[in-house]
Parts: sequence; C-alpha cells; structure tokens
Amino acid sequence: MGKWTRRAFITTGVLTGGALVVGIAIRPGNRAGKVRDLIADEGDTVLNIWLKVNADNTITVVVPHAEMGQGVHTTLPMMLADEMDADWETITMLEAPGNEEYANYAMAKGFIMGPKDIPSMLIGTVDGFFLTATKQISLQMTGGSASVRFTGMLAMRVAGAAARAVLLEAASEEWEVAMEELVVKNSTISHPPSNRTEPFSSFVVKAANLAQPAKPRLKTTEEFNIMGTSPPRFDIPSKVDGTANFGIDVSLPNMKYAAIKASPVFGAKAKPLDAGAIKDMPGVHKIVKLEGAVAVIADGYWLAKKAINELPIEFDKSDNDTVGLNDIYEQYLRDMDAAISEGNEEKDVKKGNINKIFKEATNVIEAQYRVPYLAHATMEPMNCTALVKEDGCEIWVGSQNPLGFANSVAEVLNLDQEKVLIHNQYLGGGFGRRSVPDVAIQAALIAKEVDYPVKLIWSREEDIRQDHYREANISRFKASLTGEGKISAWNNQFLFKHDPEEAPHIPYSVDNQFIHYTNSETHIPWGYWRSVDSSMHAFFTESFMDELAFKANKDPYQFRREHLTNAPRYLKVLDLAAEKANWGETLPANWGRGISLHQSFGTIVAQVAEIEIVENSLKVHRVVCVADPGFAFHPDGFTAQMESGIVFGLTAALYGEITIENGAVKQSNFHDYQMLRMNENPKIETHIVTSDNWPGGAGEPSTPGIAPAVVNAIFNASGIRIRELPVKNHELKANAKILG
Amino acid sequence: MLIYIIMILKINNENFEVDVDPATPLLWVIREQAGLTGTKFGCGIGQCGACTVQLDGVAIRSCLTPIQAVVDKEITTIEGIANDAELHTIQRAWIQEQVPQCGYCQSGQIMTAHALLAKTASPTDEEIDQAMSGNICRCGTYSRIKKGIKLAAEELAAKSIINTENNG
Repeated sequence: MGKWTRRAFITTGVLTGGALVVGIAIRPGNRAGKVRDLIADEGDTVLNIWLKVNADNTITVVVPHAEMGQGVHTTLPMMLADEMDADWETITMLEAPGNEEYANYAMAKGFIMGPKDIPSMLIGTVDGFFLTATKQISLQMTGGSASVRFTGMLAMRVAGAAARAVLLEAASEEWEVAMEELVVKNSTISHPPSNRTEPFSSFVVKAANLAQPAKPRLKTTEEFNIMGTSPPRFDIPSKVDGTANFGIDVSLPNMKYAAIKASPVFGAKAKPLDAGAIKDMPGVHKIVKLEGAVAVIADGYWLAKKAINELPIEFDKSDNDTVGLNDIYEQYLRDMDAAISEGNEEKDVKKGNINKIFKEATNVIEAQYRVPYLAHATMEPMNCTALVKEDGCEIWVGSQNPLGFANSVAEVLNLDQEKVLIHNQYLGGGFGRRSVPDVAIQAALIAKEVDYPVKLIWSREEDIRQDHYREANISRFKASLTGEGKISAWNNQFLFKHDPEEAPHIPYSVDNQFIHYTNSETHIPWGYWRSVDSSMHAFFTESFMDELAFKANKDPYQFRREHLTNAPRYLKVLDLAAEKANWGETLPANWGRGISLHQSFGTIVAQVAEIEIVENSLKVHRVVCVADPGFAFHPDGFTAQMESGIVFGLTAALYGEITIENGAVKQSNFHDYQMLRMNENPKIETHIVTSDNWPGGAGEPSTPGIAPAVVNAIFNASGIRIRELPVKNHELKANAKILG
Repeated sequence: MLIYIIMILKINNENFEVDVDPATPLLWVIREQAGLTGTKFGCGIGQCGACTVQLDGVAIRSCLTPIQAVVDKEITTIEGIANDAELHTIQRAWIQEQVPQCGYCQSGQIMTAHALLAKTASPTDEEIDQAMSGNICRCGTYSRIKKGIKLAAEELAAKSIINTENNG
C-alpha cells in the first residue's frame, strides 16, 4: 500500500515516539492522553486499547493482568487473536502498565465501543459486560479466577472481533468490493475473485479512522481456531534459563538492600531503638524505624539481615499479647452461641422451615468442623524495590493489584497517584497474597529516607509471620434425614463471609435450609487465599454430606446423586468423576476412596481421592478431577491449574496450620509450615467437561474439593472421621472402624 | 574498620572477584555481586531448594554455603548449563512438557534434576522422588517436573547413542 505515506500515517493518528505501544483508537481529537506518552512507538497504528497492529504486520496484545503462572499472558492474547483471525505466530504480549488512565472504565468502554452512543437494544448486554469487566479492569486486579472469565470474554474477544470488523471494512473500501467477498485468515485479507491478498498492516490506517462496531459478532465455538488449543506459553522459555525477572530480581544503579522486622503481635508499635550494636558495622547504612517495624539498609541483603538480627528491637505491649489460637476458637463459639440465642445471625440462605422439620424428625445428625489459619507461603518471599524522589516514586514489584499498590504508596508518601509508577514484574506465586500492598508501603517509607533505590526483602520468617491469613473458622451443621434417606432440613452456621458468595451453598435439593453466619473480631489480618471462602466451605459441606450418607446407609456417591435432582450440570460432572475413578470397584485392604463436589468461580469440580493408610501415615495415591468450566480456552493450561490447585489444597489439608501463641504466629519457615513435596504428590487425572455456560475460572476451583475428598477417603478406609484440619494432627490407623 | 579479603569465585567458568564477609552465603554473592539472578532465595535454611546450584557437579543449597567454603570450586548456576547456541536438554524438556507455572522454583528444580541425571542416566520414579523431594514447588508442578526429567533422560540417552555411533 504505497499510498499511505509516513506523513499520512501521522496525520491520521499514528502514534509517535516512546518505547512501547499500547492499542488505542486514534481518531481526530484522539483521547489517547497520557497512555500514548507512556507506550507509544513510531510507525504503528493502534486500533483500540487492547491491541496494536505493527507496521510489519505483527500484532501486540496488551494484557491488563499479572502473570503468576496461570498462563494469562498467553490465554488472553489467544482469545483476541482468534476473534481477529490473526496469525498466532506473530502475536506478542505486553503487560499493561499500572496506569490509572489505562484501566479507566469509561476509556475501556469508549475505546471498544467508539464515540457513538450505545444503541439502546444493546445496553443490557454491553453495559452489563463492561461493568462486570471493569470491576476487574479498573483495578487491574489479578484474582478471583477472573482473567479469562471477564477480561478475556468481555474485552479481548470483543476487541479482536472489532478490529477484524474495521479491517474488513477498510479493505472493502480500499478495493471497492463487497465485504462478503473478503476472506480473513492469518492476519491477511484476501479477495479471491480478483486474486488479491494483503496483510492487515495495509489497512490499519484506514481502519483506525472507521468507527468500530458497537457489538461485533463473536465466533461460535465451532468457529474457534486458536481458542481451545494449547500453544506453548509465552512466559515459559524465560522460566527455564533463569532470565525471567521477578520482583526480587530487579537491579538498579546504586541500589541498596533492606531487611525488616515487624511486630510479631500484629498491630504493636516498635519501641525507641538503641542502634549501638550495629552503628559501626561496615556496609550498614541506615536504620529506619517505621510504626510497627524496624528496617536496616545495607550494601547487601545478607548484611542487612545480619544487622537487624543484632539490633535489640522491642515492641510495645498490646492487649493481644496473651491471645492463643484456642482463645480464638473459644471466642468464636461464644459469639456463635450468642448470635443464635440473641437471634441476630446474619442470614445467608433461608428456605422452608427447618424448625418445623426438626421438631418432627427422628433422624437428626449434628457435626462441628474446624479449620486453622493458613499462610500463603509464595515461593518468592515478599519484596519490593522503591526509589523515592521529591516529585514522585517508582516501585518495582510483582503485584496482583498494581493500581491498588500505587494508590496505597501515594497515600503514605502524600503524592498524587499519578506520581507513583509501578513496574510490575513476574510474580513468584500470588495465591491472593500479592494483592496486599503492605510490602510496597514499607519499601516506599524506607526508600523515602535515602536518595537511592532500596530493595526490601522479607525473610521467610517475616513472610510466614506477617501474612494476611486465610482465617481459622468453625462450621456447625444440623440436618435431618427422612426414612428414605433424603435430607429434609439443613442448618449450617459458620463465621465470616467474603467471596465467593455461594461458597457455603449446596447444589443439593433440600427444601428446608437455614445457612447463617456470625462475625467475631480478632487481631489476625485476613487476606484472599486461593479460592477464599470455598477453601473451607467445601471441606465443611462435603464432609458433612459424607456423614449424612453414612447415617442414611447409602453410598456417598449415590447419596449425592439422589440429591442432585435439579442440577444436571453438577450431576454430569459427578457421574464422570465416579466413572473415571472406577467408583465401586474393590480396593486393596487399607485403601479408601472419597468423593467431593463443589462449584467456585463458575467452574464445577468433582474429585475422587484414592488413599492408603500405611501404619500410622497417609498416602494419597490418585486424584481424579472432573471440571466443567464451560469451555477451556487453553486446555493444557486449564489442566495445569487443576493440578496446581489440588496440590495447593492437599498441602493445606494434610499440613497447613498457622497457630497463634502469645498473640503472634508460631510457625516461621518450611520446617514448621510444611509443604507437600514430590514424593507425596498423587497421580492427578483431569477430565474437562465442556458445556454452553459462561466460562468459569481455572486458578482456584480445584483447591476446595481435595480436602473433603481426602478426609472422606480416610473415613472409607478406616472409619475415622476427621472434622478438624490439618490431617497431620490426627492419629490414623487402618481399619480403626471408629465409624461416625 | 573490618577489611574483607578479596576472594575469587569461579561461577559458570568465569572468575568473579568479591570482597564481602567470607561468611556471606554463596546465594547472595551469586545474585548481588555476580548479578546472576536465576538462582533464587526461598527460605534461607536449606528447606526449599530454590537456591540450588552445583558445586563441582553436586547440587547444593547456596543459601547455607558460605563463600569461603567454595573458593577453588566450580560453581554452576542455571545460567551456566546451556551452550551458547542452545538450551540444555533438560531445559528443552521443561518447555516441551510446559513445566513451570510461576517459575520461581524452577531454576532450583532444573539444577537438582541436572545433577541427578549426571549421576543416574535413567532414574526410576523412586529415584526421582528421592532426588527431587528437597525442592518445593508451591504451584504443584511436580508431575510435570517428573515428566520433564524422564523426557530429558530419554533424549540424553538417544544423544549418547548417536555420539557413541559417531565415535565408533
């Protein structure tokens, strides 16, 4: 297309200058604003916020989510490229910078929808999906298994389809042929009747001046070329040769290192400090006292850590100095009892009339379950590098929430948020932990005291003891069974309620239900932990279902089946799990099978665990996992996430336990906060069920169901019912037959 | 004022002069002085294996090894196992099996696997478990690591047959 000169490019709105480019619709009076300056590159035309067609016909896809191993830097570009009929081999990925303007709801919507008003007939769908999407996008949060479900479905696919539509229209105008005669394939547009083929790049300038369709047609599943395949992940090569840059790997000129010690009892303040011990240590530069912590800056991390260990750091007394985990459990039970006696339970689900049923019931079963606090223990300990100048701050960190981090740092430094620039790096594990900005706030406050960049690294001890924890919780059940073994009433009380909303709800048909909760304040910080509330409620509800099956004298699988009278999607998943796991076939002595079923983040997962009790210990041999995520856009990545979530959940079920002593966390490192290792890793078989439902998440949904599958298998093998996690605290004996 | 003795460490066949406290763990010298950040800090107490490097071909925990103990030894890190032209067979197997997720532990996993395959060309499942159980992967990629090791073992065996044939 010789017709488009360089000059024409520029006047029609091609971005110039800068090192990087992000896609923004450029038209007269363009609204690219600050983003353009941040990410513009010469010679490129940008069609909308999520993609850029480069002059050489390669395509850059901008992903507003962090890569933490879930493969989102590959799966989201796949969704866009497929809708665009782009050549996958020429796609590259760019993570969106942590910039407010980039993540602005109106802008996202505006750039995809164009300047026109949305036709009223579309408002329901369009606004619905933009509002849902920007709940994630505006925060640039990576969590809630949301990337594919929202950004992928609502931004990536729509953007790809819109780009395809305007390119097609541009080609049709350029060649003066009907659009119906054009074929789009592998980043080219062809007109077979005249035997012409041109790359996308030939049409991008014209396309950039066309209004994008309000609601581009999306492909049906049958038309997918890239979605549903498993191309190699973009991030993997750098993760096998040591070149992947995690937050902890950042290196800046004149950078120094900081170690930190925060109050073991959450919330206590640091006392005035005698720096004498380390004042003259060579290579130690500064002691920084924060409100609840003390940090030392030195030439190297090990030196900083050595210095801080020699400092006589003390913290003020606090009301929580004597609190232990048992005190918390006792407080929980008191508050639960009080809520019932005072009638002020927070109501979650109320159906029918449980009191009437219980009054008449002859077979009433009660049970109480308990789970402890859990830390995240990401492989990469918390860390953050900060450079603070008078007029701004730069932060290098691996974050699930870069804008939230910028906001928090701006607040403590008393800067405008736009003066805080976040350079997001690979995350050495997220699991929810890297959505909390605590380490970035500390790094900024430490770096504020000096005129060079400071890399703050938490020791593993600090990482375990200063986490935001999955809460300890108690769940109490009371249910009644009819003579036919049907559940007639279900009463469940627990503590706290976060996400997902439906975590404590059951898919089973039970006419009379009362599900309610109570709050009980503690001083232990709470945080999102992989699968959040589902991480415990699946254990609670699916263990109790097993107990009811036993009392009803029914097979646990059949018992669940009989209660899935109104849930065909669940039934299909459960049936396939039972089939693949050879449910009902005889196992060797001391072996057991357990089943579970739970939906979270839009994905239904059934698991069957096969275990063996050897002497006094447990061996988990095999886990069959069947998942219905609607559609798996990258099946191998989805499978990897199922495996990952199971190992994560199994680690917690077998070993996970953060205890509180004297107000502080007792555990400190991997010797006392144990992780599952390769020799304990079960064989995991994942089967994906495809349905027509809106896509579900991948990162979290397999975590909840492994604990109940394993404890139910232990019951099956031994008759021992484990109602309190972790399993390691229980004495196991094959064929103990304690039953019930 | 304490004056540190300058020591020379040989990392990936390159000499590095370092003038830090001789008790400094090798991990921090590799990362901060040599600038080789592929080797990771995970726990600092030899429990997780993220810091695994090789000392004269033996997998060790660099977070617990003071540099004064490694002078005159060959130190190999994740950056040192590939040829200039191509990745090591194990690294290629890792890509083939799409092993890493977050990837933070994988340098350590690969260095441990590398030492295992140097000693045991065709390890059994039990031998792999035995060798690898000191390396934690929080993303739970264990089954893929195992597949990666087996694939690499096969390819290394095939290579050595070709080499033998060529030499014979």
